[in-house]
Amino acid sequence: MSRLATRYDLTALARKLAAGPGAGAPPVQVFVGMSTCGLASGAGAVYEAMAKALAARKLANVTLVKAGCVGLCYAEPTVEVQVAGQPIVTLGNVTPERGEELVAELAAGGKIAGAISEGDAIFKKQVRIALRHCGRLDPEKVEDYLRDGGYQTLAKALFDQKPEELIQTMKDSGLRGRGGAGFPTGLKWEAARKAANTPKYIVCNADEGDPGAFMDRSVLEGDPHCVLEAMALAGYAIGARFGYIYCRAEYPLAVKRLEIAIGQARQLGLLGANILGSGFDFDIEVKLGAGAFVCGEETSLIHSIEGKRGEPTVKPPFPAESGLWGKSTTVNNVETLACVVPILEKGAAWFRGIGTPKCPGTKVFALAGDVKNVGLAEVPMGITIHEVLEEIGGGSRDGKPIKAVQTGGPSGGCIPASKFDTPIEYETLASLGSIMGSGGLIVMGADTSMVKIAHFYLQFTCDESCGKCTPCRVGNKRLLEILDRLLKGEGKPEDLEKLQELGNVIKDTALCGLGQTSPNPVLSTLHWFRGEYEECLKKGPKAVTYRIVAEKCVGCRACAKVCPVSCIDGKLKKPHVIRQEECIHCGACFSACKFDAIVRE
Amino acid sequence: MGTDTDHKKFQELEAMIDGLALAGKDTEGRRAVLIQVLHKAQELFGYLPEEVQKFVAGKLALHLSEVYGVVSFYHLFKTKRSGKYCIEFCMGTACYVRGATKLIEQAEQALGVKLGETTPDGRFTLGQLRCVGACSLAPVIQIAGKTFGRVTAEQLPGILAEFK
Amino acid sequence: MPLVNITIDGIRMQVPQDSTILEAARKANIKIPTLCHLELHNRETVNRVASCRICVVEIPGRRNLAPACATKVAPNMEIRTCTPRVLTARRTNMQLLLSNHPKDCLNCYASGNCELQDLANQMHTDTNRYEGTSSEFAIETSNQSIVRDLNKCIRCRRCETACNEMQTVGVLSGVGRGFDMVVGPALHKPLAETQCVFCGQCVKVCPTGALMGKSHIEEVWKAIADPEKVVIVQTAPAVRAALGEEFGLEPGHSVTKKMVTALRRLGFDHVFDTNFGADLTIVEEATEFIHRLQHGGRLPMLTSCCPAWVKFFEHQFQDLLDVPSSCKSPQQMFGAIAKTYWAQKMQIDPAKIVVVSVMPCLSKKYEASRGELSASGHQDVDFVLSTREMGRMLKEAGLDFLSLPDGEFDHPLGYSTGGADIFAVSGGVLEAALRMAAEVITGQELENVDFEEVRGLRGLRHAHVEIAGKTVNVAIACGLGNARKLLEEVRAGKSEYHLIEIMACPGGCIGGGGQPFVDSKKEPEVIAKRAAAIYAEDAGKEIRSSHKNPYIQELYQEFLGEAYGEKAHQLLHTHYTGREKL
Repeated sequence: MSRLATRYDLTALARKLAAGPGAGAPPVQVFVGMSTCGLASGAGAVYEAMAKALAARKLANVTLVKAGCVGLCYAEPTVEVQVAGQPIVTLGNVTPERGEELVAELAAGGKIAGAISEGDAIFKKQVRIALRHCGRLDPEKVEDYLRDGGYQTLAKALFDQKPEELIQTMKDSGLRGRGGAGFPTGLKWEAARKAANTPKYIVCNADEGDPGAFMDRSVLEGDPHCVLEAMALAGYAIGARFGYIYCRAEYPLAVKRLEIAIGQARQLGLLGANILGSGFDFDIEVKLGAGAFVCGEETSLIHSIEGKRGEPTVKPPFPAESGLWGKSTTVNNVETLACVVPILEKGAAWFRGIGTPKCPGTKVFALAGDVKNVGLAEVPMGITIHEVLEEIGGGSRDGKPIKAVQTGGPSGGCIPASKFDTPIEYETLASLGSIMGSGGLIVMGADTSMVKIAHFYLQFTCDESCGKCTPCRVGNKRLLEILDRLLKGEGKPEDLEKLQELGNVIKDTALCGLGQTSPNPVLSTLHWFRGEYEECLKKGPKAVTYRIVAEKCVGCRACAKVCPVSCIDGKLKKPHVIRQEECIHCGACFSACKFDAIVRE
Repeated sequence: MGTDTDHKKFQELEAMIDGLALAGKDTEGRRAVLIQVLHKAQELFGYLPEEVQKFVAGKLALHLSEVYGVVSFYHLFKTKRSGKYCIEFCMGTACYVRGATKLIEQAEQALGVKLGETTPDGRFTLGQLRCVGACSLAPVIQIAGKTFGRVTAEQLPGILAEFK
Repeated sequence: MPLVNITIDGIRMQVPQDSTILEAARKANIKIPTLCHLELHNRETVNRVASCRICVVEIPGRRNLAPACATKVAPNMEIRTCTPRVLTARRTNMQLLLSNHPKDCLNCYASGNCELQDLANQMHTDTNRYEGTSSEFAIETSNQSIVRDLNKCIRCRRCETACNEMQTVGVLSGVGRGFDMVVGPALHKPLAETQCVFCGQCVKVCPTGALMGKSHIEEVWKAIADPEKVVIVQTAPAVRAALGEEFGLEPGHSVTKKMVTALRRLGFDHVFDTNFGADLTIVEEATEFIHRLQHGGRLPMLTSCCPAWVKFFEHQFQDLLDVPSSCKSPQQMFGAIAKTYWAQKMQIDPAKIVVVSVMPCLSKKYEASRGELSASGHQDVDFVLSTREMGRMLKEAGLDFLSLPDGEFDHPLGYSTGGADIFAVSGGVLEAALRMAAEVITGQELENVDFEEVRGLRGLRHAHVEIAGKTVNVAIACGLGNARKLLEEVRAGKSEYHLIEIMACPGGCIGGGGQPFVDSKKEPEVIAKRAAAIYAEDAGKEIRSSHKNPYIQELYQEFLGEAYGEKAHQLLHTHYTGREKL
């Protein structure tokens, strides 16, 4: 592909691509989800099988697309079929054989069996802005992105709009940072625009570190060009000519696709000097992290790009004033940037029409834990937790009521079922002692030990604390030790008070966002589930124990199969035993036993 | 260190650094490539021994203390020699809840080494990973860039046997 | 700087808009406790890591507490420094620090000079509230100058700032992360295997006993008690201007004569003066300088009295080893002469002579152990005490220092000129050298020996001095970061200087790493007072130029022969070794 010298070259190319090959027959597109999860589940083999079958049948009107992830992680590998003019149908758990059958069905023109359709609740409640292309185009083909109007928004901005107009639209849209803190993006850009500290930089924060959150990975793997275009737009708006994408090294596929996309954009002249002949220069470099959660914090991230230890520094000064090498730097997260092009394309009013007045737009949640439909869902802000859990998530796996959800990862808190009718907004979640965070939403089943959950997150924080400030370095360690002894049944009467006091001080005095939010998992569970902590104090950790009554056990292995920590031993048709020291008291075995051989004590 | 293969690796590392066009750059400019150089060095040597850290410090004209400060900060940088294959267990929430710890114990028993250690034959190193974001596949193991999802205790020996 | 209105604890005031809350509070005479914060030397370096979280204050409307040391004021800001929320937070963070710190203060060398201890006392806090696991590190005692006990480290990073930013030595970095994060050299190497120059600035800024000078007190007591040994002591010029502070005297009082009495009372057989070595150094160094100047030698010439500086260039400027003067330092010249000339004169077997130095410096301990500094066949100097250790010994001996009668140094190695006194202050060595060089070159006596133009305490200074119608360009650096700038110029061939004096410590030896501890905020003032005391000492001397010291002249006549001659070279000059730059 040759360099596009003007905006008209871009339009012409897009038109040519839209006309496409095989026009005439109803074009069918088949998307195979080939992100990390899909590939690990065998999507590669499915693709191969289908490609072979298609070639054998010489179906010229069917295009097979190596697409990103559509978000139905529970059903990987997924294949989606779009016949022009008809709703998309989605197939889950596709095997290579099923793929071959599918090709046969397409050839026969019949109805596709066993599919999830767009009308199902799992899709109906969703509004896809950030994920608009994920699963629907080949991330390694810039043509796909261009065909869908890609880089047109950039072209329009460069030739028809002033930077201030872009900033005004962003401000009017009310878009807030999707990395977790919720700072208005337009204001960030405006501050950077005004900053005199040049050269300015724009940084895409792709150091998605919350365990259980993977929407940024999905965007980078599924639609890398939308991030590049947004960065160029941001660069034009604030007056930056260079951007960095700071991506965690644990995402090799995302990095690879970004590098491919950057290469394509440079080749087309959509990045580099004098973009489309507009006189605007902008280029992007991918910088890799090296395994440090704290580098998701913007000052740490900046230090990491500078090649230093990823330790945070006090804000203010904010990066917009003094960031990379002391220069004005705007840090936006991937999901935030993924919303930029649609906003600038469709306008602020359109965006404000979605979500709530305080929090316009959508948020992508990564639904995981004890819920049927594990996966990514992009929903309008203001939707209730209940709607997400029941209508998109399909409720708990065992049909029992859900006890709590954890939002915001290690920085967030647990929200009890009694608050599930809360509409999701930055402020409402904060008022419940949690945070929006990057959008991890972990569902806790009825039998989950909330003290153990707090312990898990705190262990994570202790592993990931940079060690710079006292409250985070020592305070979290002490919190963890208190939880340790509570779980061992060695808690002391004053421990709950200490957890509360220490947690408050850490929140109040830690240096960076990681530390300031690190006690949330403890404080929120202590608030909503204090009884479980008191239980620990009273009886030690085995407040609830499960025991197999040997006389009743038939050795069917049903309990051993469901045990999440595999702590049930026993041979087939012989009585089984629970290794108590490893039991997490989840109760899964209790529910699974059909012979009432397991007792709860 | 000091073998011919090492010599070649140092040459390759040097060529990579020389390719970064650092001549005339100030300390900030040279420091900015440190992490990427360390990634390359680790890719070549498998870990970052003292000689390699010194070499990098020398080439980038940075203090060794600074290089070591960075190496010791980031979890992905290793200062001990790892095995031919690193078996890495995802320790994200979903994997934890679905029994990653149990799998680690099983692997520890099977290989006779603890987490972070390398088998005497140099074949495997046991390690852990931060959440790889493949939560629906929990528990997840990565070996030599290959991701295995929904790994069960029964499957583990078979998976290990794939890597000779 | 425009002013802004703020209110601190109800006090309305105007402060410059770039002030921190801490600075503003100081103006209102409100003391906000700090621990990691450190302002070094007229603010050229500030440790603003804001990591200890002790100085937090409340700003109504702000979500969390703000660190006063790193938060700037804003128009109409309201600040509250002692609300229950603030006090609980400070106390808790203090308790957390203490939960990972040994509490055996009585065994700690830093006890009484420990900011952590002072603050804990002030807060009157339950030091055991948050008990838990603590870090465990082996104590490093393998070098001659500095003991590192990281179990006492509170991760304030002051040492790192001093080492990297101020001195640009670059030995220390944050290592590891999380609870195990600590400050140390690369690969946890002992300091002796690094490019550490032992300047001791890290020790000076350490708020606890994590970094301490290595004590030679025990060895000295033993030597004094040994009837077989002749134990002689030499005291560096800077010691006399600061020792009094160990006994509560205001900075700026010279205690030379009381010190002499005190040393005699401790049992030293002869009380001599490093000043004698300093006069001798000037004769050699000025002669070398004149020689280089008149014979097209390598210029600029750099002074070489400071052992930290010597080690610095050996590591970091290996290509410039021929630039510094080859003269040994006064301490080592003294030792070499004591164990040869004086030993002969007194008919004492040099093997029985124990030379003890009292120095404002920790690097001198390292210097004394350098193998090549043993011209007599024995190490020139056996033990080195810092000013602080001297104070400790005197207290241990129960001497009521301030009421001691005056005493006089023993001769011949105790007599000195004003030129020797000023070695203690940045610019002094250079001034003393100029006093001699000017008289030797012109053959005329100087009317005024005060070269005011080379005096001052700024880190980097330069001057032009007229000697016999020729301009001599001189530069002075104190602090190794400043020295580096001059060295880079020399390396680039752009240096316009003839003579450069370098001292590793701020203000020169009076600000050395072995001097009495001073509140860092007051340090510039204290250093200025010590400097004034030194210049007063110089002004009060009957002879001001080193080469006119009659005992030095006698030394050359009776023993050394020619200045810069063969015997002088053998005993008083040295060579340098390129060392690994890490």
